[in-house]
Amino acid sequence: MSENVSLVIVSHSPDVARGTADMVRQMVGDEVKVAHCGGNPEGGLGTDVQRILHAIEQAWSPRGVAILVDLGGAETNSEMAIEMLPEDRRGRVVLCNAPIVEGAIMAATEASGGASLAEVRATAEELSPVT
Amino acid sequence: MTTFLDPTPSPMPRKSVTASVRLRHEAGLHARPAVKLTKLAKKFSAKILVAMLPDGPWIDAKSIVKVIATKTPRNALLYFRAEGEDAEAAVLALVRLVEQDFADVG
Repeated sequence: MSENVSLVIVSHSPDVARGTADMVRQMVGDEVKVAHCGGNPEGGLGTDVQRILHAIEQAWSPRGVAILVDLGGAETNSEMAIEMLPEDRRGRVVLCNAPIVEGAIMAATEASGGASLAEVRATAEELSPVT
Repeated sequence: MTTFLDPTPSPMPRKSVTASVRLRHEAGLHARPAVKLTKLAKKFSAKILVAMLPDGPWIDAKSIVKVIATKTPRNALLYFRAEGEDAEAAVLALVRLVEQDFADVG
């Protein structure tokens, strides 16, 4: 069986990141790999490029990785992490413009059926109001 | 009777299977049941539609966002309609999932 697209959850809060990943595992199951990170190296709220890179590494799937983020810095740091990836992986990691918890559940459900990275992202983003 | 709309009519009549089942789950078709239903539907190659009324509107049972958005309440009837090679198995499995109150299935 071919691998599924996997997820990375990036929140300013390590608790939110862990809780979101737990919800995915409990509600969708473990056929979709989920890595999570949150907090800055000093132990406060924030996000960290190195931690995001590590989470992408943990979750890595040749089918691709979809990243769910919460607020501003999580998004810019995730973009930076994607840019720092080796060239052959960069194109297979995408940011989803979706609410972090709901988007993660939708994305994981879609990914569990073997959907492509583009389909997984589209499903997560289907939730968001079109602006 | 409703007719299945297919923009590309095939020369052979395709098999369409329908069934309905009452949703007993306490919370209705909330997040977890919706995820289970969608995941199960995705295991089949058939096109699978679900509706709360016998005449639709029909939504794609493989779309988690659309299934969750129905907010189907407890005791509602769910209608399934599937078309394709494994349509019959798909409808049977989905009806069983709802009947068994979304207990863990494979």
